[in-house]
Amino acid sequence: MNDRFPYFHEVPAPAGAEGWESMYPYFLVPSEETREEEDSRFWFADTMHWSRGAHPLDSIGAEAVYLGAGQNSTRIFVLPTALGLDVRMMNGYVYISPIAVTDPDEIGRRAEHFQERAGFYYQNWDELYGRWKDKMEAAVESMRTISFPPLGELDPIEVVTEGRGRSTSWDIIANYHRLIDEFFVVWQHHFEFLNLGYGGYIVFFQFCKGAFPQISDQEIARMVAGVDVLAFRPDDELRRLAQLAIDLGVDEVLSTEDTEPVLAAMGATDAGRRWLKEYDGARHPWFNYFAEYGFTHDQDTWNTNPAIPLRNIARYADRLAAGEDIARPVERLRAERDELVDEYRALLTPEEAAQFDELLNLSRTVFPFIEEHNIYVEHWTHAVFFEKLRELGDFLVAAGFTSQQDDIFHINRFELDTVLFDVVESWAIGVSARGKKRWVKEIERRRGIMAALQAQSAPPAYGVPPAEVTDPFAVMNYGVTTERVKDWLGSSDSESDTFSGIPGGPGVVEGPVRVLRSEKNLEDLQQGEILVAPITAPSWAAAFSVATGVITDIGGMMCHAAIVCREYGIPAVVGTGFATSRLTTGQRVRVDGNTGVVTLLDDQPGQSGEDG
Amino acid sequence: MSVMTSHTLAFTDEAARDVSQTGGKGAGLAEMTGAGLPVAPGFVVTASAYHDFLDANDLRTEIAELLASGADVTTIEAHMSERLASTTFPAAIEEQVRVQYAALCDQVGLANVPVAVRSSATAEDSAGNSFAGEFETWVDVAGADSVVEHVLRCYASVFTGRVLDYAIERGIDLADVEMAVVVQKTVRARAAGVMFTLDPISGDRSRIVLEASWGLGLAVVGGEVNPDRYVVAKVGMAIVEQIAGDKHLEYRDGHGTTEVAPERRTQLCLTDEEVLALATLGKQIEKHNGCPQDIEFAVDEDLPKGANIILLQCRPETVWGAVQRKPVFDSGAGVMSWITGTISGATSTPKDRHSHG
Repeated sequence: MNDRFPYFHEVPAPAGAEGWESMYPYFLVPSEETREEEDSRFWFADTMHWSRGAHPLDSIGAEAVYLGAGQNSTRIFVLPTALGLDVRMMNGYVYISPIAVTDPDEIGRRAEHFQERAGFYYQNWDELYGRWKDKMEAAVESMRTISFPPLGELDPIEVVTEGRGRSTSWDIIANYHRLIDEFFVVWQHHFEFLNLGYGGYIVFFQFCKGAFPQISDQEIARMVAGVDVLAFRPDDELRRLAQLAIDLGVDEVLSTEDTEPVLAAMGATDAGRRWLKEYDGARHPWFNYFAEYGFTHDQDTWNTNPAIPLRNIARYADRLAAGEDIARPVERLRAERDELVDEYRALLTPEEAAQFDELLNLSRTVFPFIEEHNIYVEHWTHAVFFEKLRELGDFLVAAGFTSQQDDIFHINRFELDTVLFDVVESWAIGVSARGKKRWVKEIERRRGIMAALQAQSAPPAYGVPPAEVTDPFAVMNYGVTTERVKDWLGSSDSESDTFSGIPGGPGVVEGPVRVLRSEKNLEDLQQGEILVAPITAPSWAAAFSVATGVITDIGGMMCHAAIVCREYGIPAVVGTGFATSRLTTGQRVRVDGNTGVVTLLDDQPGQSGEDG
Repeated sequence: MSVMTSHTLAFTDEAARDVSQTGGKGAGLAEMTGAGLPVAPGFVVTASAYHDFLDANDLRTEIAELLASGADVTTIEAHMSERLASTTFPAAIEEQVRVQYAALCDQVGLANVPVAVRSSATAEDSAGNSFAGEFETWVDVAGADSVVEHVLRCYASVFTGRVLDYAIERGIDLADVEMAVVVQKTVRARAAGVMFTLDPISGDRSRIVLEASWGLGLAVVGGEVNPDRYVVAKVGMAIVEQIAGDKHLEYRDGHGTTEVAPERRTQLCLTDEEVLALATLGKQIEKHNGCPQDIEFAVDEDLPKGANIILLQCRPETVWGAVQRKPVFDSGAGVMSWITGTISGATSTPKDRHSHG
């Protein structure tokens, strides 16, 4: 077995992607100057957020996420043992490296600050969380007001009559800066409660592990599970609309195949119009919802691609018509959770039970933030952010600088600043943009590189793994544990007919797998199949009514995929590292969600050798 | 009259639940029988019988003097062995044992039904003093004469070297020990073993741990095989671990071992259904008795599936049961300090983590 993963500099670019480094800001790319430091560290793939190679402009997410994480961990709440997560792009994928504090004196000093600062947030949680929601809603609204109208031949007359003396062309530059600034600020808020939320969890985990040395993480997680958080609301809306279509007798209009004419057909009848009114009511805000994780520009929201919600409503309606109960088993889950809690509690002494109650309560206080913050940040903010970038893409096309809307995503955010300046100043001077030819060629080159990068999947890690993985984010959210890292090192040869991950949702199931790398292929998933994906987003909810089991490459006990699988009662193994590259659509496997083991049941992949 | 003293009590007799008369094991079996648990039928030769036996043979003073004399273990053992060889049962007691045995034979419909004869000392299961495994057990004793003989052997086993050592080490006065004897139908065990309603290694009360091997439980209790190990989550009742042992021999009966065929050695000896049925019983008994239990069981090969589980004995678990548990966190310190402490400990210092890095 190897004792380390390859170093960045040992792995060449995929054929056709040579020179990929030039597309990203210098600090996101491994370099000769920083090689020594990079080689000394452990880097794991953040395929949870970027399940495929990221375009140059999309790499702003990698900046924003790890800026916010670092600010909050290192400088604001002063986590005693963990600083931020360092970040690099490698062959287009995002890799992160937890930075630990190991000096006991330093840990002690940081712990004092942490106690004071985090204590304030825990004590005032409900009030601060209420304010956080207001802040986030205001931030989304503010971002919505940003616009990039095309430049006319002349500035409008009001620039003169109002004595402004400032050209509207400068708004393009100013609004671009504002869009970037506001995006970064939202990402700082993203982490405002997140560490503390995980802290609340971890202390409850610690208690349970102390009181019950052999309790599994999954059993603890099931005690904390919230049943009524916002994250499930979009899917609940789809179920509601399916039921409504049946109640109104318009379910015949719905279609799982051709969704194009559905809305028009609904508008043709009274009952259909009543249904449409409810449908439109649900669209904002609930359909501002990415079908994936919302980190790349090429993902649809339910609003940008209504075929996604319409198809799922039709599926739900079919099942209702067939007499199935499609409700999320909320009552059963709540009853199971309460029974689990009661039974464990009954095994404790009264003094232990008092601590158990206090910490369970804390966990349940922080749980809504952990599940809900994505709605505000990754879904609502990102939906507006990418919408605005597309508007800016249209602006560049209108200015004659680029030829297609998505050309803009091949220019990173620093380059885009210079491009916009070029466009605005050239417009002001009255000449054609000086960089046009240069960028047409460069964007063409980068399209080739992106295609080559995205044709490959991400190896789970680079560099030298620590003897033990202790970073709470790595463990809880990404499922990168000491055991997983050992598996990754050992299983590259892929001889064995089993591989392991984190037990994400209880239960055992056997069946054929469907390997999907993107939500675009979600419709290929057939009833009874086991879904295999780099990561599943909470918004894949409709898939959970089709899939009988779930296997992911990345994700821990507390990742969304695991939480959602538990809420839907589906066996899941998350954080396997290799599932999407080890498995082929059609292959039969056994998913043991209790032990985290995936067993290959036959050597013969199914008729379809193609991955999704 | 002596007839009025109950020298023997069937497990079904409510009086058999009196631990001072029947000892920990005997009372436990009577309790279990009374609670409707699957227990092989049998009876207890009571502490009064042992009492009367000592009196009838003028042994009580003699033992007290011998123990007080400071004589060493070997001397005591040798003296008692010789002395006990010449003793007999008072006729009234022997008669009752024969009557009870005959009743047992009638009950199970077998003449000379094979039984297990084991001690059930009343001091045996007092908190912190488990005489577990110190006394002899005889299996497949058949016929009334043999049963009577083995009850006497049980009495004699109080004064063997290892029991004496155990008692002296723990400061138990053997003059205080009241020896009841359990006589129970031998189980035709396909497999047997021990179940703890907590993890005996970690003390985790949310786990039920079973160790089992082919044949009678003697191989497991005596450590003669590497048994199968099963762990069940008490909450949710799922098998969370099962590790096949290497069970190279088995006791088909009490008279000795036979080789296990190589292909059976590493085969699990309990089915999932049996493990879960046993764990369910264990959880039920723990709840009924209010503390973690140490249970011996067998799976009877003559009985039909679903009714083939037999409990042989149960008693409070003594190792973890006696520990005063501390809560995980300092109750006086407050939640914020628990969080800080936990988070600070989440990553360790280089000193203790870099040893193999």
